[in-house]
Amino acid sequence: MTQNLKTRTIIIVVTILVCVVGIIGLPKSVTQLKQNFADNIHLGLDLKGGSYLVLQVQVQQAVKADADQTIERLKEDLKKQNITWTDISDNDVRPDHVEDAENVAITIKGVPATMTTAFRSLISESYPTYVLTAVSSSDYSMKLKPSDLVALKNDTVTRTVDTIGNRIDQLGLSEKTVTQYGHDYEILVQLPGVDDPDRVKQLIGTAAVLEIDDVKDGPQPSRDAMLGQHGGVLPLNTKIVEALPRSGQQSDEWYLVSKNPVITGHEMRNAHAGQDEYRKWETNFNLSPEGGKRFGSYTEANIGNRLAVVLDNKIVSVATIQSKIEDSGRITGLGSEEEAVDLSRYLRSGSLPAGVVYNEERSIGPSLGADSIHEGFVAGIVGLAAVVFVMLFYYRRSGVNAVLALLLNTVILLAAISYFHAVLTLPGIAGVILTIGMAVDSNVLIFERIREELRAGKSVIAAVDTGFNKAFLTIVDTHVTTVVSCAFLFLFGEGPVKGFAVTLVIGLIANVFTAVFVSKTIFSYELSGHRRVQTLSI
Amino acid sequence: MELFKSTNYDFLGKKWPFIIASLVLTVAGLGSIFFWHGMNYGIDFKGGATMTVRFAYPPPIDKIRSAMSHAIKGEVSVESFTSGTAPNSVSIGTELEEERLLNKNRQAMEDVLVNTFGQPNSGKLDFNNTSEQSLVERLRPALAGAAVPMSDQQLQTLATNLLAARDKDYSGLITDFHQLASVPGMNPGIMNALQQVCYLPPFHVSEVQMVGPKVGAELRTKAVLATLYALGGMLVYIAFRFEWIYGLGAVIACFHDTIITIGVFSLFNEQISMTVIAALLTLVGYSMNDTIVIFDRIRENLKTSRREPLESVMNRAVNQTLSRTVMTSGLTFLTVIALFLFGGQVLHGFSFALVCGIIVGTYSSVFVASPIVLFWHNYTDKRRKGPKSPVLATAPRTDGVRKGSTKAVK
Repeated sequence: MTQNLKTRTIIIVVTILVCVVGIIGLPKSVTQLKQNFADNIHLGLDLKGGSYLVLQVQVQQAVKADADQTIERLKEDLKKQNITWTDISDNDVRPDHVEDAENVAITIKGVPATMTTAFRSLISESYPTYVLTAVSSSDYSMKLKPSDLVALKNDTVTRTVDTIGNRIDQLGLSEKTVTQYGHDYEILVQLPGVDDPDRVKQLIGTAAVLEIDDVKDGPQPSRDAMLGQHGGVLPLNTKIVEALPRSGQQSDEWYLVSKNPVITGHEMRNAHAGQDEYRKWETNFNLSPEGGKRFGSYTEANIGNRLAVVLDNKIVSVATIQSKIEDSGRITGLGSEEEAVDLSRYLRSGSLPAGVVYNEERSIGPSLGADSIHEGFVAGIVGLAAVVFVMLFYYRRSGVNAVLALLLNTVILLAAISYFHAVLTLPGIAGVILTIGMAVDSNVLIFERIREELRAGKSVIAAVDTGFNKAFLTIVDTHVTTVVSCAFLFLFGEGPVKGFAVTLVIGLIANVFTAVFVSKTIFSYELSGHRRVQTLSI
Repeated sequence: MELFKSTNYDFLGKKWPFIIASLVLTVAGLGSIFFWHGMNYGIDFKGGATMTVRFAYPPPIDKIRSAMSHAIKGEVSVESFTSGTAPNSVSIGTELEEERLLNKNRQAMEDVLVNTFGQPNSGKLDFNNTSEQSLVERLRPALAGAAVPMSDQQLQTLATNLLAARDKDYSGLITDFHQLASVPGMNPGIMNALQQVCYLPPFHVSEVQMVGPKVGAELRTKAVLATLYALGGMLVYIAFRFEWIYGLGAVIACFHDTIITIGVFSLFNEQISMTVIAALLTLVGYSMNDTIVIFDRIRENLKTSRREPLESVMNRAVNQTLSRTVMTSGLTFLTVIALFLFGGQVLHGFSFALVCGIIVGTYSSVFVASPIVLFWHNYTDKRRKGPKSPVLATAPRTDGVRKGSTKAVK
């Protein structure tokens, strides 16, 4: 029996040590103790302050963009095969209705009946991801196959997560989260300690589109001046875009560029700033292989012309094509290091493949968080004190066992939060306080049982044994049910509520250990002396 | 000390007054939900924008409300959010028609506050509501103009320190620049520059939460589903550990607790948020605890007394566990009251739900769960012709534990 007792005591002591180290590390001073405590226990946004954003990726825009590109490719392919048509277009999508993605379709009108076979075989060979339906003898409708549509939508969300992550990286935050969320193409962005969500939203942008466009004309000092140059009418397939002001610029600059981009952000792989052989700043970039091919044929045919890098419909840079460029090239002639770095940043963060709409935004100032921690702490201390007092008063010396078990329970709970990197939220603190109340239940169950057995005339040792044994099953039953409800809370809840579920579950599991194992050990210790104990202070 | 040594109250005999009380409360609650106050959904479930603002003096609630109502469409609510650690706080809530208005609404609310209480046209920076980056950008030219030498790194650190002092020491709201005199790196030159470019409005926005209406509807569905699944899960577990009728009795008791608690929320017009749902689910688990303890005892007693009528077996079980029930409920109630009184405004709904729930949950285990099982057994017994089931009330008692009298206490 003593051997058993020794093993149990060792287990308990080791657990205590492991937990204490988990919470406060191995500090060498009081300040270090506080620091370790703060580092090990991660506070949720509602206690630390920070921003919480949920945004929805408008995948229907990516689907439409894909359809637009397909139309361009299709037009070229049809020309090559001498297939004529009267019109090819796709339908519009609304800016904030993701369900519109299902309805995007390319309509091709006016294909002569003689060319039907050639047309059909072209589509099935070169556009395998599309389904072609004949609307009439000369008109057709093309839609993405369902599996490919789903793949495109999911890919859009993944790329948006990456792009947003890259952009926010520039803020230099250590603890940020950007993840997919929910079932409706949503993304969750959590930024602890960020007090300016507006700046973050600006950085994320709402619908950033990167393009490299062919420059037809410019610069002109205003939009009207540009129109004036062309007789007041916009030439076919062009648009007028303003350039972002650069330092040292005298007046506004407007350019006439091609509407159909040569390269989109989709093809941009990487970019960084560097210096050329004359120590002048330039930006190097890399394209994807397909992008490289297209860019190669374009640049080969346009040496001496200019191209513009357009971001969110504003020109960030205009450069002259000096030679054929395939998948890696440079933009030279930049004014300063800052310009080169900025340009590479734009190119690198790529474009958001689709717009985003903010569905939820919560920002909590650190002052409120500090208040909440303080209030939670006070409530916890008061609750704990009340429970301790009542236990000691009602169960006398045995009450000490319960109190020790309770304290150990709290320590284990905090340590588990630290080791699992769980996040402590305000409801989580409430969960800790609730655990105190519920943990005491197990002790009460056992003690009441022991009292009953003593009243029945059993000896002290037998009463304690029976008390623990009989109460054990009930304790397990009650804990399982609360854990079940917490499991559902964890599944369906979010943020602070999840934190609450986690803390409560950990507390309950720890409680089975402390109320049964630890408490029994303390009793056994008390009863293990050589004299037979006649009465129990309970 | 022992409160309940050997009690023998006839709980199940006296069930009717309590069942009627339950029914009355349930009806009152449901009545309030459907016909009186309705359900006071927080923005988690309704969508909308909430701003928590702390003032330097007791906030003029009516003034705030009328200023907001003029500028913002839809329902505007302004309530006191004051607690021990956060005096002079209000919570301002506005409606949100659709996601696109998220930012506009927040901007509008901030503008109203600045126009009513701040200095919108002074051109100076609002120190109590600024971010670190804005402070740095405003201070840089001022410090340069005042010929105070400072590298970019030092400026960044200074801004961080200033705002940390504002938030940690003064809860985000300072009333005089000299309160910042002891910030590391501070000197008279900087103090001057600070007073030049910033002003101190009497309010500080400590929290902003905006939830689009679509999200609100989603969260409502999730909350209901979570509750139903949890109840279902427990029904399965208890049916597995006891008989199915016990499971049903326990679940009906928990459901009854949930309905009454929500009814009380409606009666007192308290707000229901996601954390309140968390409290409700905890209650479901807690109420189950109580019920299981009693059922466990009933099962144990049934093993040893086959000929005793179910009602008296149940009564005995309840009496035996009475001490434990009172102690546990009492102790849990103590901790929850501590939360309610000291836990602050953010947890107010949460702790209120727990306070109600523990009271209701405790008595539902005795007066709702067990009677249901009893009714069912009596009903099935009547339908059965044979004398298989325990009927006679004069069967000798088999436990010789009690030293005292076994008469039922009137």
